[in-house]
Amino acid sequence: MALLDIRQRSGYLFIGVMLAHVLLISAQLNSKTGVPVLESVTFGVFSELQRGLSGGFSGVRGIWSGYIGLRHLKAENDELKRQLAATQIAEQEQRALADRTRGLERLLGMREPLALKTTAADIIGAAATPDFRTVTIDKGSRDGLARDMSVIAPSGVVGRIVVPSARSAKVQLLIDRNAAAGALIERSRAQGVVVGSGDERLHMDYVSEVADVVAGDIVVTSGIDGIYPKGFVIGRVESVEKAGGAYKRITVMPTVDFRSLEEVLVVLTPMPAQDVTEGKPE
Amino acid sequence: MRAIGIILAVAVALALQTTMSRFLVRSTVALDLVLVVVVYVALTGGPANGLLTGTFAGLVQDSLSTGVIGIGGLAKTIVGFLAGIIGSQFIVAQPLPRFVVFFGATVLHAVVFMGLYVLLDLRHFGTPYAAVAGQATANAVVGVVAFQLVELLPGAMERRKAQRSRLRR
Repeated sequence: MALLDIRQRSGYLFIGVMLAHVLLISAQLNSKTGVPVLESVTFGVFSELQRGLSGGFSGVRGIWSGYIGLRHLKAENDELKRQLAATQIAEQEQRALADRTRGLERLLGMREPLALKTTAADIIGAAATPDFRTVTIDKGSRDGLARDMSVIAPSGVVGRIVVPSARSAKVQLLIDRNAAAGALIERSRAQGVVVGSGDERLHMDYVSEVADVVAGDIVVTSGIDGIYPKGFVIGRVESVEKAGGAYKRITVMPTVDFRSLEEVLVVLTPMPAQDVTEGKPE
Repeated sequence: MRAIGIILAVAVALALQTTMSRFLVRSTVALDLVLVVVVYVALTGGPANGLLTGTFAGLVQDSLSTGVIGIGGLAKTIVGFLAGIIGSQFIVAQPLPRFVVFFGATVLHAVVFMGLYVLLDLRHFGTPYAAVAGQATANAVVGVVAFQLVELLPGAMERRKAQRSRLRR
C-alpha cells in the first residue's frame, strides 16, 4: 500500500511538473523578444564556472605540454601558428577588400574602405546540450561585445554572438541547425543562403537551378545579412545536386575545423547590410 | 543529503560536458552526461526522484542553451519518471537490462525533445537516426560503466581492507 501511495504521489507530481513545463514553454513562445532574462542570468553565472574550470584544465595541460614536454619546440610552434593565423587573417581581409574594390570600381563610388576592428577571444566551453552547436568565449559586453556580432577565425567564418554577458559570450556556430548566413559563390557570384545542418557540413540553399556552381568553388559571405562582413570565406562546395525544383542542392565543407577551434576573433565593427550586386563581374 | 548529491552530480556532468569535452574529445558532444545522471538517479531512487532530477537538470541545460527553456526539462522529466517506474517495477540489476534502459531513455528523450521542436516549428532536425543511435549507445555504455563502478568500488575497498587484516594476522 505504501508503495502504491508513493506512486500516486509521484503521479500527481509528474502531472504538476508537466503542466508547469507547458506553461513555461507557452510563456516564452508568446513573448520571446531578444534574449530571455532567465537564460541571460543563468548563462552569466555558469560561464564563470566554465571560465574557472577551463582555466584549471588549460593550466594543467599547459604545464604538461609546455614544461614537461618539448618546451622549446612548443614555443616555436606556437609562434609559427600565430604567424600563420595573422597571415590567414590578412589574406581574408585582402580578399574582402578586393571584393569590395571591384564593387566600388563598378559604381565609381568614393566610399571609405571598411577597416575591421576585431578582438581576440579564447573558447572556454562547449554547448550544454548536444543538440545545439554553441561555444562560450571569454570576452563579453565589458569588452564591447554585443548580440549578433560576427565571430571569425583565420580560416573563415565561425558564427555569431547570441548571448553576451559581462565577461563572456555564447557563440552560435555556423554549423548549428538554426544558423544561417548570406553567401556567394566567389567565382560566379551566384547568391544563396548558407545554413547549418547540426553536423560538420553546411548547406547552401536558394541557389538558382541555372546558376553556375561546381564542386570546389569557394563560398564567401555576401554581407546581405548585416551580421557577417562581406567576402569572408565560409567553405568550399563539396557537392552539387539537382533538387528537381527551382533550386540546387549544394553541400558545403566549412574551412573552419570546428572541432579543434580554440581561439576566435570577434568583429566589433557594425556590419551594414550590403547590396550583393556590388562586385559582380562583367 | 541525497538532494545535494543529485545537484552535485548534475553540476559535475554539466561541467564535464561543457568543459572537458573540449580537451578530451575535441568538442564531439554526442554524449549527454546529464541524461545519464537523470536515468541513474531514476533507476536507483524511483519515479519521484527521477522526475524531479529530470526537471532540474533539463531546465539548467535549457537555460544554458539557445533553445526554448522548458523543452529539454519536459523531455528529461518524462524520461526520469518512466525510468523510475521501470526501476521500481522490474529488476534492473544486470548490465544488459541497464544498457537497454539507458538506450531506450536516450531514444525517448530524443523523440520528445526533437518532436516538440518540430511540432512548434522552431527547429528542424532532418533525419537524425544515426546521430540518435550513436548517442543512445554512448550514453548506455557510460551509464552501465557508471553503475558497475559505483557498485564495485565500495566492495573492492572492503575486500582490500579484509585482505590487509588477514595478512597482519
